[in-house]
Amino acid sequence: MTDAYIYDALRTPRGKGRKDGALHEVTSLRLSALTLNALKERNNLDGHAVEDVIWGNVTQVMEQGGCLARSAVLASDLDESIPGLAINRFCASGMEAVNLAANQIKGGAGAAYIAGGVEMMGRVAMGSDGAAIAVDPTLAMDSYFVPQGISADIIATEYGFSRADVDALAVESQRRAKVAWDEDRFAKSVITVRDQNGLAILDRDEYMRPETSMQTLGALNPSFQMMGEQMPGFDKIALLKYPHMEKINHVHHAGNSSGIVDGSAAVLIGNKEFGEKYGLKPRARIKATAKIGTDPTIMLTGPVPVTEKILKDNGMEIGDIDLFEVNEAFAAVVLRFMQAFDVDASKVNVGGGAIAFGHPLGATGAMIIGTVLDELERQDKQVGLATLCIASGMGAATIIERV
Amino acid sequence: MAEFTLTKDADGVATITWDVPGKSMNVMSFDGLAELEACIDDALADDAIKGIVITSGKEGSFAGGMDLNLLAKMKDDAGDDPARGVFDGIMQMHALLRKIELAGMDRKTKKGGKPIAAALPGTAAGIGLELPLATHRIFVADNPKARIGLPEILIGIFPGAGGTTRLARKLGAMAASPFLLEGKMVEPAKAKSAGLIDEVVTDPLAAAKEWVLNAKDADIVKPWDAKGYKMPGGAPYHPAGFMTFVGANAMVNGKTKGAFPAPKALLSAVYEGALVDFDTALKIEARWFTHVLMNPSSGAMIRSLFLNKEALEKGAVRPKDIPDQRVKKLGVLGAGMMGAGIALVSAQAGMEVVLIDRDQAAADKGKSYTEAYLDKGMKRGKVTAEKKEAMLSRITATPDLDHLKGCDLIIEAVFEDPKVKAEMTQRVEAIIPEDCIFASNTSTLPITDLAKASKRPEQFIGIHFFSPVEKMLLVEIIKGKETGDRAVAKALDYVRQIRKTPIVVNDARFFYCNRCIIPYINEGLRMITEGVAMPLIDHAAEQLGFPVGPVQLNDETSIDLGAKIARATKAAMGDAYPDSPADDLIFWLEELGRLGRKSKAGFFDYDEKGKRTGYWTGMAEKYPLADVQPDLIEVQERLMFSQVLEAVRALEEGVLMDIREGDVGAILAWGFAPWSGGPLSWLDIIGTPYAAERCDQLAAKYGERFACPPLLREMADKGQTFYGRFSPEKQTAA
Repeated sequence: MTDAYIYDALRTPRGKGRKDGALHEVTSLRLSALTLNALKERNNLDGHAVEDVIWGNVTQVMEQGGCLARSAVLASDLDESIPGLAINRFCASGMEAVNLAANQIKGGAGAAYIAGGVEMMGRVAMGSDGAAIAVDPTLAMDSYFVPQGISADIIATEYGFSRADVDALAVESQRRAKVAWDEDRFAKSVITVRDQNGLAILDRDEYMRPETSMQTLGALNPSFQMMGEQMPGFDKIALLKYPHMEKINHVHHAGNSSGIVDGSAAVLIGNKEFGEKYGLKPRARIKATAKIGTDPTIMLTGPVPVTEKILKDNGMEIGDIDLFEVNEAFAAVVLRFMQAFDVDASKVNVGGGAIAFGHPLGATGAMIIGTVLDELERQDKQVGLATLCIASGMGAATIIERV
Repeated sequence: MAEFTLTKDADGVATITWDVPGKSMNVMSFDGLAELEACIDDALADDAIKGIVITSGKEGSFAGGMDLNLLAKMKDDAGDDPARGVFDGIMQMHALLRKIELAGMDRKTKKGGKPIAAALPGTAAGIGLELPLATHRIFVADNPKARIGLPEILIGIFPGAGGTTRLARKLGAMAASPFLLEGKMVEPAKAKSAGLIDEVVTDPLAAAKEWVLNAKDADIVKPWDAKGYKMPGGAPYHPAGFMTFVGANAMVNGKTKGAFPAPKALLSAVYEGALVDFDTALKIEARWFTHVLMNPSSGAMIRSLFLNKEALEKGAVRPKDIPDQRVKKLGVLGAGMMGAGIALVSAQAGMEVVLIDRDQAAADKGKSYTEAYLDKGMKRGKVTAEKKEAMLSRITATPDLDHLKGCDLIIEAVFEDPKVKAEMTQRVEAIIPEDCIFASNTSTLPITDLAKASKRPEQFIGIHFFSPVEKMLLVEIIKGKETGDRAVAKALDYVRQIRKTPIVVNDARFFYCNRCIIPYINEGLRMITEGVAMPLIDHAAEQLGFPVGPVQLNDETSIDLGAKIARATKAAMGDAYPDSPADDLIFWLEELGRLGRKSKAGFFDYDEKGKRTGYWTGMAEKYPLADVQPDLIEVQERLMFSQVLEAVRALEEGVLMDIREGDVGAILAWGFAPWSGGPLSWLDIIGTPYAAERCDQLAAKYGERFACPPLLREMADKGQTFYGRFSPEKQTAA
């Protein structure tokens, strides 16, 4: 089988996803096109250089609707002969774009792809595309739908993570993120977002709060306690599904959950011949990909079974992985991952995660593949695994290996 | 005989009057629907008719709803394809109501229709409101006693004649939910402010006639038939509507614990209907309504909670040929919690009550219970000062037994000690009239034994109340060996006076209700001793539709009571008493002084104010949690079978004489899974062959208490159902 290589990976800085966020003035279309253009320029792509642009994006309505992938290609400097595929696997959309591209290449369907994604959460509100699983009684009731924050609190309750545990992880994420920026570890990957005149708009992750401490977090009220215990009472739904539990321990809040941000990322993936043709040096091989469906109510435990699956399918063990990126959707997700595999925290999210940076839903999956690659190179290690929990109970993972 | 009649007056108004012969309130039948349609067709086709008014010939009411027997008949009559039969039948009903709504107008221009109004003299429930909702304007008499609403959900179905679709579209999902999901019935003024009806007037018929003569084309176009209709509060994928629907799913699921099919189907009908045009929405409503009717739960709920409950209340098991036994003067012995409650409900029903206790203070304390109850009612504006005065004046609290002279019924609610009871019986019998009936409210002592103290055992009976008396809907009447028919009739007439539902059972240990409840509680406690998590046990019961699980129930009823019953039973049964780890557990808690809610410590911990703070963690020290917890279903089946097998044994032994009583009693007395229609209905739903098979498995795994009773085995072998074999109609026929 053909190997699929990562030739380049880049991302925009993440802007706060609200009115005073730096990227709030930028359209989803422009940010996507800007990301694609950066990749094209850096790698001297011309003509029908890639087979397709696979673009992850979760809330595909309004400016993010109408197959944003194709719109982004047309708005970019890429050739119009390159089509575009908009995909949605919630939080793993960007990763799924990369995995789809890699597997197409492995299967011989094209020499190269651009895969990535975008989410302008401050412009197109999360959930504004509707969701039958939350609204349609036949599914919402029978699948015991609860919002993700409740799911995260269920994880904390079931696996015994206290408020102090989740807060400590958040403080550490912020600390690591600051160190990483202070040491300029992301220089290779983060591009500057510029306006149509070439003026810089944002060149640095904007959401971080390096001053975060256990004390500052301690002042925050749990975000999901009200909707859990009072209106409309999602805890009761959780207890219907998990009747052995006495009650749900609400520990998550804005400070230990991933932030609402705007951002985009793109990865250039190709076979060996593609690299030779464009004179590009492969940075890593995409060794394995996996996805899985899990219990939709606890919802966010997917990284555990999908990691078990990807390791088993490829004859690997957890010890074969040097570094991990486990998306910090909520602190308990990462704690559960480390608990399940008994992985040392020093190997996981080395340069901080989505609690510090924010989580632009459709882009994050592609971003963290780039992040783990950056860190493997920095530490001169070989094998990295990126994984995300996914809404409605799914998990996705990618293993890359430096070449 | 005609149920609907059409009259036309000189002004050009056609009045359709609904007046079902021989009924105090109208109910809808198939004949009625056909007649209504004929009247509508006639009036619409008659050029001289300018407008139509639909009203009722009954004083104070429009209609009580659909004849529920017909819903079952619709299914039975459809033969091999019952879903098709039911669906087609409902669609026919929709077509008629839609014909009324469109009133002959041109569907494109919305012109040329005849105004149709509803004039309701009073109460309108179920289809009694769904029909008016299909007209163009609803006028209701200014009658505060009238109740308007759609109570279908309370008996396991939902409004299926367009009421769901029309109300959701009229009010929006949020505003419609108290009426659709809770079956809330309101008086006319509230119905108007809620938007259920249009006008409250002194003379609805005159107002309706005037309106139909003056209504313009635009007045008779329903919002959902007009251009640009938007659902109030937002459709499901409108930002506001989204939150409403997400919240509704969670609230309904949380409240019903997923156990009841009808609220789910109702929500689906509203949700799916809101996404399409009105006529498609009606079709969707009909599909979900059919789905609910096809679910055995709805039939079982209608049977137990409506038809059979009503039959029992109306004296289905009352001995014939015994004259009216209504109580005029009641003596209550013992002014404790039960006695005080009995005095309250009896005085409320207009009886003269003598409330006896050992001294004046104790008797007064019992009476003050009624006073406190009335004060609470006054605070809520439900009780007037006059009513309070009148009710209190009916209760004489006294230690003096002489006041019992002239009583025609005595209810004894003294300490649960045979000796105390026997002495009271004799002292009181010396004073009361010869023909007075004497009843004991004992919950544990056999009536036949207590009757031995009486010189008139044929006039001695058990009337077993549940606590709190004023809230609980059931009364269990127990026939001792020598209890005569007049005593039974007396007890039944009394229960009817206090507006509760009676069941009559034969005397045996714990009668019927406690016989089933005790093993249920004990099974829950047994599981604790096996290391099953307490929340799992309680949640398993709640998800079956029980109001509280067995562990929590124990804290509410108090642990020393359970211990006392266990000791007394053991003393009475001797070696035959099966020792149970559940007893060890309650004796231990009793020893620790953890007596339940009343001691602010039991299976739960409590705060200062007596609020539960969580399950007691100390339990794990004596009974450590098992590493592997059982499946929910396994826990649920143990809890269910522990009760239903007792119900079967009660039937087998003749304690239960009528299966209707076994089912209705279980739901009303201890909240047995109402969706199932009761323990025997539940066995019919799961099938006797499966039930027998599960008994064998449970007995092998957990012990002989789950052994299949011979009756159930026989029925399983023959593939019989309880309602097939024991339904009273069949027995009469045989």
